[in-house]
Amino acid sequence: MTSNELQKTAQELRLTVLEMNHKAGSGHTGGSFSCAEILTVLYENFMNVNPENPKWEQRDRFVLSKGHAAPALYATLARKGFFDKKELGTLRQTGSILQGHPCMQKCPGVDISMGSLGLGASVGVGMALTARTKKENWKTYVVCGDGELDEGQNWEAFAAIAKWNLSNLTVIIDKNNVQLDGTKEEIMPMHDLKGKLESFGLKTMECDGHNCEDLQKTIKAATENKNAVVIIANTVKGKGVSFMEGQSAWHGKPINDEDYANAKAELK
Amino acid sequence: MKPQRLVFGETLAQLGNEFKNLVVCDADVSSSTQTKLFGTKFPERFFNFGIAEGNMVSAAAGMAASGMIPVVSTFALFLALRAGDPVRSLVGYNSLNVKIAGGYAGLSDFADGASHQAVEDMAVMQAIPNIKVLCPSDITTTAKAVKTMLEYQGPVYLRLSREAISKEYDDNINFEIGKGITVNDGDDVTIIACGIPMRFARIAVEELKEKGINVRLIDMPTVKPLDAELITKAAKETGAIVTVEEHNIFGGLGSSVASLICETNPVPVVKVGIPDKFGESGKYEEILKRAGISVEDIVEAAEKSIKLKTK
Repeated sequence: MTSNELQKTAQELRLTVLEMNHKAGSGHTGGSFSCAEILTVLYENFMNVNPENPKWEQRDRFVLSKGHAAPALYATLARKGFFDKKELGTLRQTGSILQGHPCMQKCPGVDISMGSLGLGASVGVGMALTARTKKENWKTYVVCGDGELDEGQNWEAFAAIAKWNLSNLTVIIDKNNVQLDGTKEEIMPMHDLKGKLESFGLKTMECDGHNCEDLQKTIKAATENKNAVVIIANTVKGKGVSFMEGQSAWHGKPINDEDYANAKAELK
Repeated sequence: MKPQRLVFGETLAQLGNEFKNLVVCDADVSSSTQTKLFGTKFPERFFNFGIAEGNMVSAAAGMAASGMIPVVSTFALFLALRAGDPVRSLVGYNSLNVKIAGGYAGLSDFADGASHQAVEDMAVMQAIPNIKVLCPSDITTTAKAVKTMLEYQGPVYLRLSREAISKEYDDNINFEIGKGITVNDGDDVTIIACGIPMRFARIAVEELKEKGINVRLIDMPTVKPLDAELITKAAKETGAIVTVEEHNIFGGLGSSVASLICETNPVPVVKVGIPDKFGESGKYEEILKRAGISVEDIVEAAEKSIKLKTK
């Protein structure tokens, strides 16, 4: 896809997520909107997967460490053909393949169940080590939140990524500066994220997380680098809907009919 | 006699060629848990994660999801509690093929004290769906438990002691997950034990025999799932049960046996185990005695259980 097509697809993703979360009566909209471009660029231009064979052993792996952005992942997987689009309307319902947080046993295309924060980078370490041990060429991509980085285990993973120089692993931090009870700054200030990662021995690259061209360029550079790279993607929580942008309240608030209509109008 | 941790370490190293997808992970204690033996022989399949148990277990989940058979090893306490979230949310929830080897369990790390002595690890593991819980008592069953857990498809928790164990069973004994081993036949009372305290139970059987009490002694190297058939039969035929474990009486072997028997064939179940207390530093047999685990405690419990059945 071209950059324009990617931007358009990401915007469609937002509309899909809006529909899903409104219908479900719950769901995490803010954090799903902030990674719309990231997921779109990854799955359109980087992820080597086969929707006909979700368990294909040589596939690239994806870990949505910020598992609450499941609606964004589901929208992406549906678009790629991992399951029928009509399943999207069953988000969070009893018996649905689309659980509130991604479930690898129920949903085709989900490589690891996520939900509890701070675990995904570690899972990525294990996957990358496996590829290396087996001498296989598939890649692993992890998307983390920045609020999620409060969790110490992420930093255990970063140290391990540097120890083993896992160049077949790309961690992308969806840095939207907001978490649930407030902004990152209010709850647990991050200070110098880039500096922290670099002091762990990791190469970092920064980009505009809503600019598909910038994302494309950066992810390409990261995957071609002989060292392990962590990408900091600067984003806005709730991006695309004016009253949601930057608002911690929109982390997981149910969308009522009025907000739904207003949001839909803005996204179209 | 050989330290159980050494049996574990040697068996892993021996099986490295047979199980090509076996990888071993440790958290900076491989020279204690003895996974270093595998690490020396198969360095490309050994990963030292440093003192980062959550990272290690989560990475193992990623490995299992990608077709490897990871064994994660460190002290039982840190696998069960420190890394409890990924054990539950990644390994248990997805039934991933991760083998969790909890070393230095119970009070066996006797000098280090309470901070390192897991009295609650089996309770934690039992409460997480999909995880088998193994607690072998001798050299033969420990080695077989290691092999069986590698052959089994799914999560397994293997409880291991720092302590020396003896060889009680022949090499040709049948070891199966979910099956107990009847060591001694008798009809007056049943003693069901797992792990290190089996050795006290064996001595208690002899002492009770001298008192005219014939004990059915069952070694239960699988704590979850219990050998329900064997235990129910024993309850029916002996009318009284004693359980013995180096674990809190809340949530361990005794808890599960009592829970089972209440439904299938209610008889008294008297639990010998750690009485809801933490461990402490000291000589191993002394701290075990102070925790209510000794030959005398088992004999007393057997007599109490028999008394309850005549009530």
